[in-house]
Amino acid sequence: MMTQIVFYVFATVLVLSAGMVVSARNPVHSVLFLILAFFNAAGLFLVAGAEFLAMILVIVYVGAVAVLFLFVVMMLDVRFAQMREGLQRYAPFGAAVGLVLLAELALAFSHWQVAQDIASVPHVVAAPGRTNTAALGDVLYTHYVFLFEACGLVLLVAMIGAIVLTLRERPMGRRQNIDRQHERTAADTLAMMTVPLGQGVAANGGFRRPEHSYYIASVPGSYGVTEEPVPQGKPVDKTAQGGHGTDNHGGLPQ
Amino acid sequence: MAHFFLHTMIGQVILTVLEALAVLVPLLLGVAYLTLAERKVMAAMQLRKGPNVNGPFGVLQAFADAIKMITKETVIPSGANRFLFLFAPFLTFSLAMTAWAVIPTNDGWAIANINVGVLYLLAISSLGVYGVLIAGWASNSKYAFLGGLRAAAQMVSYEVSIGLVIVSVLLAVGSLNLNDIVLAQRHVWFCLPMFPMFIIFFISALAETNRAPFDLPEGESELVAGFFVEYSALAFGLFFLGEYANMFLMSGMVSILFLGGWLPPIGIAPFTWIPGPLWLIAKILFCLFVFIWVRATFPRYRYDQLMRLGWKVFLPLSLVWMVLTAGFLLATGLLPQGGAS
Repeated sequence: MMTQIVFYVFATVLVLSAGMVVSARNPVHSVLFLILAFFNAAGLFLVAGAEFLAMILVIVYVGAVAVLFLFVVMMLDVRFAQMREGLQRYAPFGAAVGLVLLAELALAFSHWQVAQDIASVPHVVAAPGRTNTAALGDVLYTHYVFLFEACGLVLLVAMIGAIVLTLRERPMGRRQNIDRQHERTAADTLAMMTVPLGQGVAANGGFRRPEHSYYIASVPGSYGVTEEPVPQGKPVDKTAQGGHGTDNHGGLPQ
Repeated sequence: MAHFFLHTMIGQVILTVLEALAVLVPLLLGVAYLTLAERKVMAAMQLRKGPNVNGPFGVLQAFADAIKMITKETVIPSGANRFLFLFAPFLTFSLAMTAWAVIPTNDGWAIANINVGVLYLLAISSLGVYGVLIAGWASNSKYAFLGGLRAAAQMVSYEVSIGLVIVSVLLAVGSLNLNDIVLAQRHVWFCLPMFPMFIIFFISALAETNRAPFDLPEGESELVAGFFVEYSALAFGLFFLGEYANMFLMSGMVSILFLGGWLPPIGIAPFTWIPGPLWLIAKILFCLFVFIWVRATFPRYRYDQLMRLGWKVFLPLSLVWMVLTAGFLLATGLLPQGGAS
């Protein structure tokens, strides 16, 4: 009785929030309703006694996937008037796609056959006394270990693909070579200068630190760093380097 | 009497409520006094006196702060999404409370002694990011929004290493039940054989709770106050309390996973006289002291350094350690054949 009430509460909220995901005007609200739907699905898993799946659903979908959704959707600059304008233009396409899907579903269901002899299908039975987490592990890592590994490989390929697609060498922003930064000592970066009165550091070529220390820790090729940083402790003849002018620090490479 | 509480429905409901109160009331008092303790400890470290006006040694300061926050006016920015704006602090605060349902304070003393306790903790702590993210978005302010985005990226990054560290511990325990995890440390606390993981977990916990030196989401110098810049009065107070309750929770997790939970350091006479819950409280307080100590000592990280530390240092280290642990346990035949609990 209690279980049934809990089931219907979770199921109702799940269906309603799934409906709101599609119909909410504000995309951020859509994602939040999606999260609510995930939660109720996890609740249904709990009712079914699958506590491991419930927790994994929350950790993976709510804790990671939906956060990234929300991240992206929050940064979208959505204009509702523009969206409504687009709705009229794309409505026929949407309807066409929907019709195709509906037809396919109808085809699939018209040929759907329910297995009559389900009891004779071989399946794994968990040993008595095993928690369902352990039972799931038994099945995954013994009977289906190759499929499981294959899933891992597919995910690895997807991950590498995402990195390849998005990683670009952009010379915007100056990046730091952390190891070199850690190796820096006060002797490399600090110099006591006698600054002439009224002229500031202009007489020293505009440098407030030993000249060679400026780009020691930056990654070559990042913003404002044109060449390989000079080795430490070796003073540089600044006439040999066109890029290091008197007022060039932080500016564009010339 | 016992029959009423254990075998009737109303009795069970009352019992559960009482159990929850038995955890929440000390927790809330602890949170209130942690705010005071932080100010006192940091003051001592910086050769100041700290709050010393309200009550002897300033012990009433926590209540003075509470009364101030409750009686102030709640200001809601005109462009804000009202519901989400008020929902975010409640979410942060209540999540920090919810997680305590599975923390065992003695052998078998937990409100819910569930089989997947660790996963429950991981799930609840990974939800904490929503409070921050929603607050940042609903405030309709650029500072708050940037703070929220930073917090989300930071918390998601450090959750990965927290998860892998927990996997290493679970390999050695063979169960996801928090009670079993503590009992597995009868002979040696996990902080000794897994010392690097202990350190990684603690640092990740600092980042997960947005504490110094990883308090970039609220970085005063660049984002004013980050995601809660628009909050005032009680809503701000809930965020504030939520942060401290999260510190309690993370310290509790460190104590249970690495410091042997309610177990005494050595199982012999003078140590075993002290009851288990007191040991757990002592360990949590020690971790909280380190949280404050770190805040008083280290300067704030730069954002790219934070991301580098999470993804390029902690993630590979904890992955390698996980494989090492599994290999060691398999080679020495110590791998627990768990799951029957």
